Amino acid sequence: MIGLSHYLIVSAILFSIGLMGVLRRRNLLMLFFATEVMLNAVNIAFAAISHYYNDLTGQMFAFFIIAIAASEVAVGLGILIVLYKKHGSLDLDDLATMRG
Amino acid sequence: MEGLVYIALFAPFASSLFAALFGMSERKIFVGVVASVLLAISFVASAMLAFYVYGTGHAVHVTMMDWINAGDLRIPFGFVVDQVSVTMMTVVTLVSTIVHIYSIGYMDHDKSFNRFFSYLSAFVFSMMVLVMSDNFAGLFIGWEGVGVCSWLLVGFWYHKPDVSREENPSISPSWAANEAFIMNRIADLGMLIGLFILYWNVGSLQYDEVFAAVPFLDGTVLNAAALALFIGAMGKSAQFPLHTWLTDAMEGPTPVSALIHAATMVTAGVFLVIRANPLFSLTPEVSYFIAALGTFVAFFAASMALVNRDLKRIIAFSTLSQLGYMFAAAGLGAYWIALFHLAAHAFFKALLFLGAGNVMHAMHDELDIFKMGGLKKVMKWTYLYMGIASLALAGIPFFAGFFSKDAIIETAWNEGTIVLWAILVVTAGMTAFYSFRQVFLTFEGDERYKQYGIHPHEMYRYVLIAMSPLAVLAVVAGFGMEGFEHFVTKLLPDYHMSEHTHHIAWILGLVVLVFAVGGIALAYKKYYHGLKRDEKLENSWYYKLLANQYYIPVLYEEFISKPYAMISDAMWNKVDMKIVDATVDGIAKFLYKTGDETRKMQTGNLSNYLNWMAVGAVLFLVVAAISAAAIG
Repeated sequence: MIGLSHYLIVSAILFSIGLMGVLRRRNLLMLFFATEVMLNAVNIAFAAISHYYNDLTGQMFAFFIIAIAASEVAVGLGILIVLYKKHGSLDLDDLATMRG
Repeated sequence: MEGLVYIALFAPFASSLFAALFGMSERKIFVGVVASVLLAISFVASAMLAFYVYGTGHAVHVTMMDWINAGDLRIPFGFVVDQVSVTMMTVVTLVSTIVHIYSIGYMDHDKSFNRFFSYLSAFVFSMMVLVMSDNFAGLFIGWEGVGVCSWLLVGFWYHKPDVSREENPSISPSWAANEAFIMNRIADLGMLIGLFILYWNVGSLQYDEVFAAVPFLDGTVLNAAALALFIGAMGKSAQFPLHTWLTDAMEGPTPVSALIHAATMVTAGVFLVIRANPLFSLTPEVSYFIAALGTFVAFFAASMALVNRDLKRIIAFSTLSQLGYMFAAAGLGAYWIALFHLAAHAFFKALLFLGAGNVMHAMHDELDIFKMGGLKKVMKWTYLYMGIASLALAGIPFFAGFFSKDAIIETAWNEGTIVLWAILVVTAGMTAFYSFRQVFLTFEGDERYKQYGIHPHEMYRYVLIAMSPLAVLAVVAGFGMEGFEHFVTKLLPDYHMSEHTHHIAWILGLVVLVFAVGGIALAYKKYYHGLKRDEKLENSWYYKLLANQYYIPVLYEEFISKPYAMISDAMWNKVDMKIVDATVDGIAKFLYKTGDETRKMQTGNLSNYLNWMAVGAVLFLVVAAISAAAIG
């Protein structure tokens, strides 16, 4: 039987993968994917807990997150395209122009 | 009547503000004239109030506005014009008016002429607040106000440089001003404590409420309050051991010495004791201490005046000595006699000082009486005035000082304090001697000033005329004694000599007179025909002891000022710099260093930032987990 803890474990694993991606990746596009993975890890946790408590609020939150993530991606990808046009690369090491 | 009270109080204030408008500009005669006129208005108002109070026997009590209303503490700006305060008001405004007019002549070469009048009038205003207030808080404000004005005026010639103590015992005007101010601060602490004790136990600072409540207070509380208040009085009236500032305050312009350091401000301490007589009459031990200290100071100051060579310092010592007499009377319970001596003394001592100012003006600021002599030829009127004042000071019959001082000495006999009586009698003889030593050395004998190339001249005529009321009062004030007794004892406790004392009063008076005349005769013999210096006497240890003021200023410097400066220095260099400052600097340096170190995080690379962000998030998570575990 698949219970709540399984879902949460999957969610945690996905979150960790996403986090590792955020930490290790150098390509901005990949960073975006990694954040999407993290967001969806949270969505899984929300949906699972919502089901477990029989409370729809969690699932509602998941929908909200999906909607916001979609709009974020739309804006983010726009910025990425501009960046790429300007620099010809999406590698963060190449984009480090604001040295403190 | 209310209007008169405000006129009397605020005319000097208006005068001060008016003069202050021209404070920075060059000498303008009309500033002095306007100030004098406003002071004269204040005097007229005071005199009218005096007649009113004398005629009706009622005090005028006005409350201008609320000043402090906080919780249970209610202090109004209230003023009371009763027998005691109206006496003070009249004396203060009269002497002030004369001193203002005098200053027009005396300060005529000074470039800070206008500023001087501003300060002088501000002083009078503060003094009026002091004497007229109907509560201790107002008195304290006036008390501090006169202190500040005294500081401003003693240090009026602040540009003079410091010199060594051998050259000038008071070092410099600014030094003397600071000394006076600081010594008064020490005493004011005592006074404040006294006020706190009274407020703590009575719950009010209004005179009438406090004095109504004191009979029900505990003896210890009363003693503590009386002693603390008297410490304040000791500072303002320069009683031992806080006396050194008064002679040093002679660095100020002479009109200031006449007004502040002879006639008015220094008598504020006596006024306080008289004003708080319901308190002091309940504390016989403290009162006896006051009387004993007063007697001691009378003798102590007179002894120093015997050998001094500085014209103004001699008069300052005599002021000190006479203040001792006043305290002796007040301490023995003869409050009205103390007040009477205060008033009489104000007249003749102001006259004496103004006369000394004339001499100083004539001698181009030379004050050494050994360098004067024979001035009577050029300064006839000044000689007359100073002669009258000295006769009054010496207590020669029918001059003002005779009545008041004799009454004090009689009181000492009447109270059975024979030791005090004897000391006061001897002091009376000393007073006569030093007064006439000074007069004779200045005005009689050989004209020693000629070898110093000084060409003295008499003071302006209008100045001499302005001084005449004081001369008249120095002669006749004594005859008003019975009327005065009748007047002020409506408020103050009456003090009568016992039947026995009354019978032998003439013998007591005769004894005093013998001493006084003896003193004058001795001065005449030694100094009338010129100065013959006695090397042997001048080199004797007691002469040196007296001439150096018992070495007290030096002792203060060695054992108080210098150690204090050393401690301050150590506190600055060791405690403040090494501990306080170092801590503050340490915090700043730590922050700087952390900033320097952590700046390296800012590589400009988003990836690094994200890593740091993750570290932070993990850190928070860990902290949250630990605290959850700790609470759970």
